[in-house]
Amino acid sequence: MDAQAVERALTRVAHEVLEHNKGTDGLVLVGIRSRGVYIAERLRNKIRAIEGVELPMGIMDITLYRDDLSRSKQRPEVKGTQIPFAVDDKRVVLVDDVLFTGRTIRAALDALMDFGRPLNVQLVVLVDRGHRELPIRADYVGKNLPTAVSESVHVRLQESDGCDEVVIARAEER
Amino acid sequence: MPFTHRHLLGLEHVSSDDLIHLLDTATSFQEISEREIKKVPTLRGKTVVGLFYEASTRTRTSFEIAAKRMSADFVSLSASTSSATKGETLLDTARNLAAMRPDAIILRHGSSGAPHFLAAHLDCAIVNAGDGAHEHPTQALLDLLTIRERKGRLAELTVAIVGDILHSRVARSNVFALRTLGARVRLVGPPTLLAPELRDWGEVTSDLEEGVRDADVIMMLRLQLERQGKNFFPTVDEYSRYFCLTERAVARAKSDVIIMHPGPINRGVEIASDVADGPYSVIMDQVTNGIAVRMAVLYLLINRSRAEAEGATDSAAPVPAAEVEAAPTRLRRKAG
Repeated sequence: MDAQAVERALTRVAHEVLEHNKGTDGLVLVGIRSRGVYIAERLRNKIRAIEGVELPMGIMDITLYRDDLSRSKQRPEVKGTQIPFAVDDKRVVLVDDVLFTGRTIRAALDALMDFGRPLNVQLVVLVDRGHRELPIRADYVGKNLPTAVSESVHVRLQESDGCDEVVIARAEER
Repeated sequence: MPFTHRHLLGLEHVSSDDLIHLLDTATSFQEISEREIKKVPTLRGKTVVGLFYEASTRTRTSFEIAAKRMSADFVSLSASTSSATKGETLLDTARNLAAMRPDAIILRHGSSGAPHFLAAHLDCAIVNAGDGAHEHPTQALLDLLTIRERKGRLAELTVAIVGDILHSRVARSNVFALRTLGARVRLVGPPTLLAPELRDWGEVTSDLEEGVRDADVIMMLRLQLERQGKNFFPTVDEYSRYFCLTERAVARAKSDVIIMHPGPINRGVEIASDVADGPYSVIMDQVTNGIAVRMAVLYLLINRSRAEAEGATDSAAPVPAAEVEAAPTRLRRKAG
Protein backbone atom coordinates (compact mmCIF):
# COMPACT_ATOMS: atom_id res chain seq x y z
CA MET A 1 0.00 0.00 0.00
CA ASP A 2 1.48 3.35 -0.96
CA ALA A 3 0.59 6.84 0.28
CA GLN A 4 -2.21 7.28 -2.23
CA ALA A 5 -3.78 3.91 -1.38
CA VAL A 6 -3.68 4.75 2.35
CA GLU A 7 -5.29 8.12 1.65
CA ARG A 8 -8.07 6.62 -0.50
CA ALA A 9 -8.78 3.84 2.00
CA LEU A 10 -9.14 6.34 4.86
CA THR A 11 -11.41 8.59 2.77
CA ARG A 12 -13.65 5.62 2.06
CA VAL A 13 -13.64 4.55 5.72
CA ALA A 14 -14.61 8.09 6.80
CA HIS A 15 -17.61 7.96 4.46
CA GLU A 16 -18.55 4.47 5.65
CA VAL A 17 -18.46 5.55 9.30
CA LEU A 18 -20.74 8.51 8.52
CA GLU A 19 -23.06 6.39 6.38
CA HIS A 20 -23.37 3.64 8.92
CA ASN A 21 -24.04 6.04 11.79
CA LYS A 22 -26.27 8.33 9.69
CA GLY A 23 -24.17 11.37 10.53
CA THR A 24 -22.08 12.38 13.53
CA ASP A 25 -24.65 12.26 16.33
CA GLY A 26 -23.03 10.97 19.54
CA LEU A 27 -20.00 9.84 17.56
CA VAL A 28 -16.54 9.96 19.19
CA LEU A 29 -13.14 8.71 18.04
CA VAL A 30 -10.64 6.87 20.24
CA GLY A 31 -7.21 6.14 18.75
CA ILE A 32 -5.07 3.36 20.17
CA ARG A 33 -1.44 4.38 20.74
CA SER A 34 0.57 5.00 18.83
CA ARG A 35 -0.34 4.80 15.11
CA GLY A 36 -4.07 4.40 15.79
CA VAL A 37 -3.95 7.94 17.17
CA TYR A 38 -2.60 9.35 13.89
CA ILE A 39 -5.18 7.44 11.85
CA ALA A 40 -7.95 8.70 14.16
CA GLU A 41 -6.71 12.28 13.69
CA ARG A 42 -6.84 11.85 9.93
CA LEU A 43 -10.36 10.44 10.11
CA ARG A 44 -11.40 13.38 12.23
CA ASN A 45 -10.02 15.78 9.62
CA LYS A 46 -11.79 13.94 6.82
CA ILE A 47 -15.09 13.91 8.70
CA ARG A 48 -14.69 17.64 9.39
CA ALA A 49 -14.17 18.22 5.67
CA ILE A 50 -17.22 16.13 4.77
CA GLU A 51 -19.72 17.11 7.47
CA GLY A 52 -18.22 20.27 8.94
CA VAL A 53 -18.29 18.70 12.42
CA GLU A 54 -15.29 18.29 14.74
CA LEU A 55 -15.62 14.94 16.52
CA PRO A 56 -14.34 14.59 20.08
CA MET A 57 -11.22 12.46 20.13
CA GLY A 58 -9.53 10.41 22.83
CA ILE A 59 -6.20 8.62 23.07
CA MET A 60 -5.89 5.19 24.61
CA ASP A 61 -2.77 3.49 25.92
CA ILE A 62 -3.60 -0.19 26.41
CA THR A 63 -0.27 -1.18 27.98
CA LEU A 64 -1.81 -1.56 31.44
CA TYR A 65 -4.49 -3.92 30.05
CA ARG A 66 -2.26 -6.22 28.03
CA ASP A 67 -2.29 -9.96 28.66
CA ASP A 68 1.33 -10.47 27.64
CA LEU A 69 3.20 -7.98 29.82
CA SER A 70 5.27 -10.61 31.60
CA ARG A 71 5.80 -12.61 28.38
CA SER A 72 7.02 -9.93 26.03
CA LYS A 73 10.70 -9.28 25.52
CA GLN A 74 10.59 -5.60 26.24
CA ARG A 75 8.22 -3.74 28.46
CA PRO A 76 6.58 -1.02 26.42
CA GLU A 77 6.67 2.47 27.79
CA VAL A 78 3.37 3.66 29.24
CA LYS A 79 2.43 6.98 27.69
CA GLY A 80 -0.97 7.42 29.26
CA THR A 81 -4.61 7.53 28.28
CA GLN A 82 -6.48 10.77 27.62
CA ILE A 83 -10.21 10.49 27.12
CA PRO A 84 -11.44 14.04 27.77
CA PHE A 85 -15.15 13.24 27.49
CA ALA A 86 -17.67 10.83 29.02
CA VAL A 87 -18.09 7.73 26.86
CA ASP A 88 -21.50 6.90 28.37
CA ASP A 89 -24.14 6.44 25.66
CA LYS A 90 -21.69 7.47 22.94
CA ARG A 91 -21.01 5.65 19.68
CA VAL A 92 -17.31 4.99 20.15
CA VAL A 93 -15.19 4.40 17.05
CA LEU A 94 -11.98 2.64 18.10
CA VAL A 95 -9.14 3.17 15.66
CA ASP A 96 -5.97 1.07 15.24
CA ASP A 97 -3.46 0.46 12.47
CA VAL A 98 -3.31 -3.34 12.20
CA LEU A 99 -5.82 -5.99 13.30
CA PHE A 100 -3.97 -9.26 13.91
CA THR A 101 -4.67 -11.55 16.88
CA GLY A 102 -7.37 -9.30 18.32
CA ARG A 103 -5.66 -9.12 21.71
CA THR A 104 -4.98 -5.40 21.49
CA ILE A 105 -8.64 -4.76 20.77
CA ARG A 106 -9.66 -7.02 23.67
CA ALA A 107 -7.47 -4.88 25.94
CA ALA A 108 -8.86 -1.67 24.45
CA LEU A 109 -12.44 -2.83 25.01
CA ASP A 110 -11.66 -3.65 28.66
CA ALA A 111 -10.04 -0.23 29.11
CA LEU A 112 -12.96 1.52 27.43
CA MET A 113 -15.50 -0.19 29.71
CA ASP A 114 -13.58 1.17 32.71
CA PHE A 115 -14.42 4.66 31.45
CA GLY A 116 -18.17 4.08 31.15
CA ARG A 117 -20.91 2.38 29.15
CA PRO A 118 -20.85 3.36 25.49
CA LEU A 119 -24.00 2.93 23.38
CA ASN A 120 -21.89 0.85 21.01
CA VAL A 121 -18.27 0.36 20.00
CA GLN A 122 -17.14 0.13 16.38
CA LEU A 123 -13.71 -0.73 15.10
CA VAL A 124 -11.70 0.90 12.32
CA VAL A 125 -8.40 -0.64 11.19
CA LEU A 126 -6.18 0.38 8.33
CA VAL A 127 -5.08 -3.21 7.73
CA ASP A 128 -6.69 -6.54 8.65
CA ARG A 129 -4.04 -9.21 8.30
CA GLY A 130 -6.06 -12.16 9.63
CA HIS A 131 -4.98 -14.82 12.18
CA ARG A 132 -7.42 -13.84 14.92
CA GLU A 133 -7.00 -15.55 18.30
CA LEU A 134 -10.17 -14.04 19.76
CA PRO A 135 -13.70 -13.61 18.39
CA ILE A 136 -13.17 -10.00 17.28
CA ARG A 137 -13.80 -8.38 13.89
CA ALA A 138 -13.44 -4.91 12.41
CA ASP A 139 -16.44 -2.87 11.22
CA TYR A 140 -14.41 -0.80 8.77
CA VAL A 141 -11.25 -2.06 7.08
CA GLY A 142 -8.84 -0.01 4.96
CA LYS A 143 -7.40 -3.11 3.33
CA ASN A 144 -7.59 -6.86 3.89
CA LEU A 145 -4.06 -8.16 3.66
CA PRO A 146 -3.70 -11.96 3.61
CA THR A 147 -0.44 -12.86 5.39
CA ALA A 148 1.37 -15.81 6.86
CA VAL A 149 1.71 -15.84 10.65
CA SER A 150 5.48 -15.77 10.25
CA GLU A 151 5.36 -12.54 8.22
CA SER A 152 5.10 -9.14 9.83
CA VAL A 153 3.15 -6.11 8.63
CA HIS A 154 4.72 -2.68 8.95
CA VAL A 155 2.47 0.35 8.83
CA ARG A 156 4.44 3.56 8.37
CA LEU A 157 2.76 6.93 8.72
CA GLN A 158 3.94 10.43 7.97
CA GLU A 159 3.45 11.50 11.61
CA SER A 160 5.72 8.84 13.09
CA ASP A 161 7.81 7.44 10.24
CA GLY A 162 8.04 10.21 7.65
CA CYS A 163 6.10 8.40 4.91
CA ASP A 164 2.77 6.63 4.34
CA GLU A 165 3.05 2.97 3.40
CA VAL A 166 2.12 -0.55 4.41
CA VAL A 167 4.61 -3.31 3.69
CA ILE A 168 4.77 -7.02 4.43
CA ALA A 169 8.11 -8.24 5.65
CA ARG A 170 9.02 -11.87 5.19
CA ALA A 171 9.90 -14.09 8.10
CA GLU A 172 13.63 -14.05 7.36
CA GLU A 173 13.71 -10.25 7.42
CA ARG A 174 12.45 -10.08 10.95
CA MET B 1 16.56 2.73 28.42
CA PRO B 2 14.89 -0.21 30.14
CA PHE B 3 14.37 0.10 33.87
CA THR B 4 16.37 -2.78 35.30
CA HIS B 5 16.27 -2.17 39.04
CA ARG B 6 15.20 -5.14 41.10
CA HIS B 7 14.53 -3.11 44.26
CA LEU B 8 14.02 0.50 45.19
CA LEU B 9 16.26 0.94 48.21
CA GLY B 10 17.33 4.53 47.74
CA LEU B 11 17.92 7.17 45.10
CA GLU B 12 21.64 7.65 45.69
CA HIS B 13 22.57 5.19 42.95
CA VAL B 14 19.65 5.75 40.57
CA SER B 15 20.68 7.35 37.28
CA SER B 16 19.12 10.42 35.78
CA ASP B 17 17.57 8.31 32.97
CA ASP B 18 15.95 5.97 35.47
CA LEU B 19 14.64 8.86 37.58
CA ILE B 20 13.08 10.45 34.49
CA HIS B 21 11.62 7.09 33.46
CA LEU B 22 10.04 6.69 36.91
CA LEU B 23 8.61 10.22 36.79
CA ASP B 24 7.28 9.80 33.23
CA THR B 25 5.60 6.54 34.17
CA ALA B 26 4.09 8.18 37.26
CA THR B 27 2.82 11.08 35.13
CA SER B 28 1.02 8.65 32.83
CA PHE B 29 -0.60 7.00 35.87
CA GLN B 30 -2.02 10.23 37.33
CA GLU B 31 -5.04 10.00 35.05
CA ILE B 32 -6.12 6.66 36.56
CA SER B 33 -6.91 8.30 39.90
CA GLU B 34 -9.15 10.84 38.11
CA ARG B 35 -11.35 8.15 36.62
CA GLU B 36 -14.75 7.04 37.77
CA ILE B 37 -13.35 3.51 38.10
CA LYS B 38 -9.93 4.07 39.67
CA LYS B 39 -8.44 0.73 38.83
CA VAL B 40 -6.46 -0.94 36.06
CA PRO B 41 -5.91 -4.73 35.90
CA THR B 42 -2.14 -4.52 35.40
CA LEU B 43 -0.96 -6.17 38.64
CA ARG B 44 -3.84 -8.60 38.99
CA GLY B 45 -2.74 -11.69 40.89
CA LYS B 46 0.31 -9.96 42.39
CA THR B 47 0.73 -9.63 46.13
CA VAL B 48 2.30 -6.70 47.94
CA VAL B 49 3.14 -6.85 51.64
CA GLY B 50 3.58 -3.68 53.67
CA LEU B 51 5.80 -4.16 56.69
CA PHE B 52 5.82 -1.08 58.89
CA TYR B 53 8.05 -0.99 61.94
CA GLU B 54 7.41 2.72 62.41
CA ALA B 55 4.23 4.75 62.50
CA SER B 56 2.92 5.94 59.16
CA THR B 57 -0.29 7.46 57.84
CA ARG B 58 0.47 8.85 54.40
CA THR B 59 3.07 6.40 53.13
CA ARG B 60 1.22 3.30 54.19
CA THR B 61 -2.18 4.42 52.94
CA SER B 62 -0.61 5.70 49.75
CA PHE B 63 1.15 2.40 49.03
CA GLU B 64 -2.02 0.48 49.78
CA ILE B 65 -4.16 2.64 47.50
CA ALA B 66 -1.48 2.53 44.79
CA ALA B 67 -1.30 -1.28 44.94
CA LYS B 68 -5.07 -1.60 44.84
CA ARG B 69 -5.46 0.81 41.91
CA MET B 70 -3.09 -1.48 40.00
CA SER B 71 -5.25 -4.48 41.10
CA ALA B 72 -2.55 -6.03 43.31
CA ASP B 73 -3.56 -7.57 46.62
CA PHE B 74 -2.17 -5.63 49.55
CA VAL B 75 -1.51 -7.00 53.02
CA SER B 76 -0.09 -4.77 55.65
CA LEU B 77 1.21 -5.37 59.11
CA SER B 78 2.74 -3.15 61.70
CA ALA B 79 5.37 -4.12 64.22
CA SER B 80 3.16 -3.30 67.20
CA THR B 81 0.64 -6.00 66.26
CA SER B 82 3.08 -8.55 64.79
CA SER B 83 5.34 -11.22 66.20
CA ALA B 84 8.06 -8.59 66.45
CA THR B 85 6.57 -7.89 69.87
CA LYS B 86 7.34 -11.52 70.71
CA GLY B 87 10.98 -10.99 69.87
CA GLU B 88 11.05 -12.24 66.28
CA THR B 89 13.94 -10.69 64.35
CA LEU B 90 13.39 -8.65 61.24
CA LEU B 91 14.98 -11.35 59.09
CA ASP B 92 12.82 -14.11 60.54
CA THR B 93 9.66 -12.06 60.08
CA ALA B 94 10.64 -11.21 56.51
CA ARG B 95 11.60 -14.80 55.66
CA ASN B 96 8.21 -16.00 56.86
CA LEU B 97 6.47 -13.37 54.79
CA ALA B 98 8.63 -14.22 51.79
CA ALA B 99 7.63 -17.87 52.16
CA MET B 100 4.07 -16.73 51.40
CA ARG B 101 5.36 -15.67 47.96
CA PRO B 102 4.64 -11.96 47.77
CA ASP B 103 5.87 -10.07 44.69
CA ALA B 104 7.05 -7.07 46.69
CA ILE B 105 7.69 -6.16 50.31
CA ILE B 106 7.44 -2.54 51.32
CA LEU B 107 9.51 -1.92 54.42
CA ARG B 108 9.63 0.96 56.83
CA HIS B 109 12.13 0.48 59.59
CA GLY B 110 13.91 2.57 62.21
CA SER B 111 17.36 1.23 61.30
CA SER B 112 19.23 2.61 58.32
CA GLY B 113 20.03 -0.17 55.86
CA ALA B 114 17.21 -2.52 56.91
CA PRO B 115 15.74 -2.72 53.36
CA HIS B 116 19.22 -3.42 51.92
CA PHE B 117 19.56 -6.20 54.45
CA LEU B 118 16.28 -7.77 53.30
CA ALA B 119 17.18 -7.31 49.62
CA ALA B 120 20.34 -9.31 50.22
CA HIS B 121 18.41 -12.21 51.78
CA LEU B 122 15.06 -12.40 49.97
CA ASP B 123 13.98 -13.03 46.41
CA CYS B 124 11.10 -10.60 46.04
CA ALA B 125 11.31 -6.90 45.21
CA ILE B 126 12.00 -4.67 48.23
CA VAL B 127 10.77 -1.09 48.35
CA ASN B 128 12.21 1.19 50.99
CA ALA B 129 9.41 3.18 52.61
CA GLY B 130 11.84 4.96 54.94
CA ASP B 131 14.81 3.47 56.77
CA GLY B 132 16.07 5.30 59.84
CA ALA B 133 17.84 8.51 58.90
CA HIS B 134 18.96 7.07 55.55
CA GLU B 135 16.52 7.31 52.61
CA HIS B 136 12.84 7.58 51.73
CA PRO B 137 12.93 7.23 47.96
CA THR B 138 9.22 7.30 47.11
CA GLN B 139 8.77 10.52 49.10
CA ALA B 140 11.55 12.18 47.11
CA LEU B 141 10.08 10.89 43.84
CA LEU B 142 6.69 12.40 44.63
CA ASP B 143 8.43 15.64 45.57
CA LEU B 144 10.25 15.63 42.22
CA LEU B 145 7.02 14.90 40.37
CA THR B 146 5.30 17.80 42.15
CA ILE B 147 8.16 20.19 41.37
CA ARG B 148 8.31 19.11 37.72
CA GLU B 149 4.54 19.50 37.42
CA ARG B 150 4.66 23.06 38.77
CA LYS B 151 7.94 24.27 37.28
CA GLY B 152 8.11 22.22 34.09
CA ARG B 153 11.67 21.14 34.85
CA LEU B 154 14.10 20.25 37.64
CA ALA B 155 17.46 21.30 36.23
CA GLU B 156 18.79 24.70 37.30
CA LEU B 157 16.13 25.18 39.99
CA THR B 158 17.19 26.41 43.42
CA VAL B 159 15.72 24.18 46.09
CA ALA B 160 16.07 25.18 49.75
CA ILE B 161 15.65 22.28 52.16
CA VAL B 162 14.96 23.61 55.64
CA GLY B 163 14.99 21.98 59.04
CA ASP B 164 16.24 18.85 60.67
CA ILE B 165 18.55 17.79 57.83
CA LEU B 166 20.60 15.51 60.06
CA HIS B 167 17.75 13.12 60.88
CA SER B 168 15.87 13.45 57.63
CA ARG B 169 15.71 10.54 55.23
CA VAL B 170 13.42 12.69 53.08
CA ALA B 171 16.19 15.29 52.75
CA ARG B 172 18.81 12.70 51.84
CA SER B 173 16.75 11.08 49.10
CA ASN B 174 15.80 14.49 47.74
CA VAL B 175 19.36 15.78 47.76
CA PHE B 176 20.64 12.73 45.87
CA ALA B 177 17.93 12.90 43.20
CA LEU B 178 17.88 16.69 42.84
CA ARG B 179 21.65 16.75 42.34
CA THR B 180 21.44 13.90 39.80
CA LEU B 181 18.85 15.90 37.87
CA GLY B 182 20.84 19.13 37.95
CA ALA B 183 19.03 21.23 40.57
CA ARG B 184 20.90 23.48 43.03
CA VAL B 185 20.40 22.41 46.62
CA ARG B 186 20.62 24.68 49.68
CA LEU B 187 20.50 23.21 53.15
CA VAL B 188 19.17 25.37 55.97
CA GLY B 189 19.02 24.48 59.65
CA PRO B 190 20.63 24.98 63.03
CA PRO B 191 24.38 24.14 62.95
CA THR B 192 23.83 21.12 65.20
CA LEU B 193 21.42 19.61 62.65
CA LEU B 194 23.77 20.24 59.72
CA ALA B 195 26.54 17.65 59.81
CA PRO B 196 29.85 18.91 58.38
CA GLU B 197 29.80 16.34 55.57
CA LEU B 198 26.58 17.89 54.23
CA ARG B 199 28.72 20.68 52.80
CA ASP B 200 29.49 18.33 49.93
CA TRP B 201 25.80 18.32 49.00
CA GLY B 202 25.25 22.02 48.42
CA GLU B 203 25.27 25.44 50.03
CA VAL B 204 24.77 25.30 53.77
CA THR B 205 23.46 28.09 55.98
CA SER B 206 21.84 28.57 59.36
CA ASP B 207 20.08 31.79 58.41
CA LEU B 208 16.54 31.01 57.23
CA GLU B 209 15.94 34.25 55.32
CA GLU B 210 19.34 33.93 53.63
CA GLY B 211 18.70 30.28 52.83
CA VAL B 212 15.37 30.80 51.07
CA ARG B 213 16.46 33.93 49.16
CA ASP B 214 15.45 33.62 45.49
CA ALA B 215 14.53 29.96 45.93
CA ASP B 216 12.21 28.32 43.38
CA VAL B 217 11.22 25.66 45.86
CA ILE B 218 11.23 25.60 49.67
CA MET B 219 11.08 22.12 51.07
CA MET B 220 10.30 22.10 54.78
CA LEU B 221 11.18 19.11 56.93
CA ARG B 222 9.36 17.91 59.98
CA LEU B 223 11.26 18.46 63.19
CA GLN B 224 11.67 14.81 64.19
CA LEU B 225 10.93 15.19 67.85
CA GLU B 226 11.12 11.40 68.32
CA ARG B 227 14.71 11.32 67.08
CA GLN B 228 16.01 14.23 69.19
CA GLY B 229 17.68 11.94 71.69
CA LYS B 230 20.53 14.33 72.44
CA ASN B 231 20.33 18.06 72.78
CA PHE B 232 20.58 19.49 69.29
CA PHE B 233 18.92 22.78 70.23
CA PRO B 234 17.84 24.26 73.56
CA THR B 235 14.05 24.26 73.16
CA VAL B 236 11.44 23.73 70.48
CA ASP B 237 10.34 27.35 71.03
CA GLU B 238 13.79 28.60 70.26
CA TYR B 239 14.02 26.40 67.17
CA SER B 240 10.76 27.73 65.83
CA ARG B 241 11.78 31.35 66.50
CA TYR B 242 14.70 30.91 64.09
CA PHE B 243 13.50 28.27 61.63
CA CYS B 244 9.71 28.44 61.44
CA LEU B 245 8.77 29.31 57.86
CA THR B 246 6.63 32.45 58.05
CA GLU B 247 5.20 34.80 55.41
CA ARG B 248 8.14 37.10 56.11
CA ALA B 249 10.67 34.46 55.11
CA VAL B 250 8.62 33.32 52.11
CA ALA B 251 8.73 36.92 50.81
CA ARG B 252 12.50 36.50 50.32
CA ALA B 253 12.02 33.65 47.85
CA LYS B 254 11.01 34.01 44.19
CA SER B 255 7.48 35.29 43.69
CA ASP B 256 6.38 31.97 42.15
CA VAL B 257 7.98 29.87 44.90
CA ILE B 258 6.29 26.63 45.90
CA ILE B 259 6.32 25.37 49.49
CA MET B 260 6.50 21.67 50.20
CA HIS B 261 6.32 19.53 53.32
CA PRO B 262 6.40 15.73 53.53
CA GLY B 263 4.02 15.69 56.50
CA PRO B 264 3.03 15.28 59.19
CA ILE B 265 3.19 19.00 59.90
CA ASN B 266 4.08 20.41 63.30
CA ARG B 267 2.04 23.59 62.84
CA GLY B 268 3.75 26.61 64.34
CA VAL B 269 6.98 24.67 64.94
CA GLU B 270 8.63 24.38 61.51
CA ILE B 271 5.92 25.99 59.40
CA ALA B 272 3.36 28.69 60.17
CA SER B 273 -0.25 27.67 59.60
CA ASP B 274 -0.91 30.47 57.12
CA VAL B 275 2.09 29.34 55.05
CA ALA B 276 1.13 25.65 55.15
CA ASP B 277 -2.38 26.55 53.95
CA GLY B 278 -1.25 29.42 51.70
CA PRO B 279 -1.61 29.73 47.93
CA TYR B 280 2.00 28.69 47.21
CA SER B 281 1.66 25.54 49.30
CA VAL B 282 1.63 22.33 47.22
CA ILE B 283 1.49 20.02 50.22
CA MET B 284 -1.78 18.39 49.16
CA ASP B 285 -0.51 17.94 45.57
CA GLN B 286 2.41 16.03 47.05
CA VAL B 287 0.02 13.62 48.74
CA THR B 288 -1.99 13.16 45.54
CA ASN B 289 1.16 12.59 43.49
CA GLY B 290 2.34 10.00 46.02
CA ILE B 291 -0.24 7.56 44.66
CA ALA B 292 0.92 7.87 41.03
CA VAL B 293 4.58 7.58 42.05
CA ARG B 294 3.99 4.45 44.09
CA MET B 295 1.88 2.93 41.30
CA ALA B 296 4.82 3.55 38.96
CA VAL B 297 7.33 2.02 41.38
CA LEU B 298 5.22 -1.10 41.91
CA TYR B 299 4.56 -1.41 38.18
CA LEU B 300 8.21 -1.10 37.20
CA LEU B 301 9.50 -3.41 39.94
CA ILE B 302 6.84 -6.12 39.85
CA ASN B 303 5.79 -6.31 36.25
CA ARG B 304 9.19 -7.07 34.90
CA SER B 305 9.30 -8.86 31.59
CA ARG B 306 11.13 -12.15 31.19
CA ALA B 307 14.10 -10.67 29.41
CA GLU B 308 14.49 -8.03 32.08
CA ALA B 309 14.14 -10.54 34.88
CA GLU B 310 16.97 -12.58 33.41
CA GLY B 311 19.35 -9.73 32.76
CA ALA B 312 18.44 -7.62 35.78
CA THR B 313 21.04 -5.69 37.63
CA ASP B 314 20.74 -5.51 41.34
CA SER B 315 20.47 -1.98 42.60
CA ALA B 316 21.35 -3.05 46.11
CA ALA B 317 24.26 -0.93 47.16
CA PRO B 318 26.89 -2.65 49.23
CA VAL B 319 25.37 -3.05 52.65
CA PRO B 320 27.27 -1.23 55.37
CA ALA B 321 28.22 -3.98 57.79
CA ALA B 322 27.53 -1.98 60.92
CA GLU B 323 24.03 -1.16 59.74
CA VAL B 324 23.25 -4.77 58.97
CA GLU B 325 24.14 -5.71 62.51
CA ALA B 326 21.74 -3.10 63.78
CA ALA B 327 18.97 -4.10 61.44
CA PRO B 328 17.20 -6.84 63.39
CA THR B 329 14.79 -5.18 65.72
CA ARG B 330 15.98 -4.95 69.23
CA LEU B 331 12.73 -5.39 71.01
CA ARG B 332 12.20 -6.54 74.51
CA ARG B 333 11.59 -10.23 74.59
CA LYS B 334 8.29 -11.28 75.95
CA ALA B 335 7.06 -14.77 76.56
CA GLY B 336 5.67 -15.83 73.15
